[in-house]
Amino acid sequence: MASTATELKTEPTGQSHPDGSVAVAVDNLHVRFGSGASTVTALKGVSVDIAEGALVTMIGPSGCGKSTLLRAIADLAPASEGDIKVHGGSPRHARESRDFAFVFQDATLLPWRNAIDNVKLPLEVGGQGSNHADPEELLTLVGLKGREKALPDELSGGMRQRVAIARALVTRPRILLMDEPFGALDEITRDKLNEELLRIWTETGTTIMFVTHSIPEAAFLGQKVLVLAANPGTVKEYMPVDLPFPRNLAMRDTLEFIEITARLRKLLEEC
Amino acid sequence: MADAVGTEEALRSEKRAILAGAWVDRLPAIIAVIGLISGWQFIVTVFDVPTYIAPSPIDVLAGFRDNAKILWLNFWPTLMEAIAGFLVGNTIAVLLAITFVHSRMAEKAFFPIAVFINTIPIIAVAPILVLIFGNGYTPKIVIAALICFFPTLVNMVRGLKAVSPATLDLMRVLSATQTEVFWKVRIQSSLPFLFAALKIASTTCVIGAIVGEWIGSSFGLGALIIEATYNFRSPLLYATVFMAALLAVTLFSIVTVAERRLIHWKSPAVE
Repeated sequence: MASTATELKTEPTGQSHPDGSVAVAVDNLHVRFGSGASTVTALKGVSVDIAEGALVTMIGPSGCGKSTLLRAIADLAPASEGDIKVHGGSPRHARESRDFAFVFQDATLLPWRNAIDNVKLPLEVGGQGSNHADPEELLTLVGLKGREKALPDELSGGMRQRVAIARALVTRPRILLMDEPFGALDEITRDKLNEELLRIWTETGTTIMFVTHSIPEAAFLGQKVLVLAANPGTVKEYMPVDLPFPRNLAMRDTLEFIEITARLRKLLEEC
Repeated sequence: MADAVGTEEALRSEKRAILAGAWVDRLPAIIAVIGLISGWQFIVTVFDVPTYIAPSPIDVLAGFRDNAKILWLNFWPTLMEAIAGFLVGNTIAVLLAITFVHSRMAEKAFFPIAVFINTIPIIAVAPILVLIFGNGYTPKIVIAALICFFPTLVNMVRGLKAVSPATLDLMRVLSATQTEVFWKVRIQSSLPFLFAALKIASTTCVIGAIVGEWIGSSFGLGALIIEATYNFRSPLLYATVFMAALLAVTLFSIVTVAERRLIHWKSPAVE
């Protein structure tokens, strides 16, 4: 797949963030659903800083609130207590100024729109300005050149998710929030998309927060892995992954990688 | 070149094969229809059934020939009433559905009334409407509209609400307004549901028009049915019934063609 779309860059590229600025700051966040006796505490006192340009994966047992954390940052779930700052402002402000984009587990493409028109959707709603990436170039970036006119039901699950990623990038977001985006895909497709996501990250310099329930995926993608414990959701550990970039799939057979996944597995067992 | 001609030839013969295949597919149905009509003719002839009780297919054909003018004259009013009722009933249903989806209050207030109107047998309301609107076209159109109204209302409300929570999340992340969600997502999502209802309406509107004509009317296929029955003109009665069926099938086909034109994507199954 061709590496194009250099103009997508927003900040100096991915790996290094010399100014050390913070993209997302979560401070003592509590999220509760329901009221009275039926209150469910999804997150309890979560604090974490996501550095500008970082790629952070989030993992934890089901019920640990990893999706809730992502949704709270995206202004899809309200914080009951505590504070979230996205580039210094509120999540709502960040949403309205298109600071971030969200990729869901389901591609959520509109079935009556072809690939290119689905990518253009964010430019047609929400009263957006003219600062956007070229949709055709984005489809090339995600490896779908030539399939612009294909309807979602003519594309495979992996291809649909690629369109969803292109759609997320079209507004040149500084942060990409991804909620188990490859969870429903088969392993071979998932591996391929993992490698491509790393490439896109390097090329665009976007901050990425990536929720997953796969230990190898969390270790392979993340500069850091945020491990959450369940009932209620709290931060178990914020673990750096000491693997060099650029990463490739072969690294997953190295001893270092296996040691990292073993550590993650042990942490998760304690949750 | 020779090759191109060869492929064209092959394509043509393939087309012919598909056409032949379609005929072979329909053959059982055609044979069954011919068999039924022959059986009908056979029974009427062998048991010497009087024409006024049950005319033979040949008698019915003669009925068509002898009454061509009167059938044709009475076909148009019914067609007009059915189409007008179809348009009026469905338009009101769609507009009301849109109101319901945007206002819970309106739905709570008016939905029970809509259900109540639907539970009154159309045969029972027909005389009331004739008393109110007189003997012209109006009561027939109103009855046809009434009979279309409810299924479309229910389906359209369901269709407009049939947007996945994930898609709504996506639109929220994009800061889309309610109006944008309506025009970009809800309308298209509702189309398969709407057409399922319109197909029902395309045949029931004919029933509505005919029932309207049963009550003190001097024109239309409904009036002709009553007249032919009272005068034991069975061949005319049968011919009229066939005309009514033909009308319903024609309207149904028009709706089906419109559906195929408009919905080019695969939609999740609508029962």
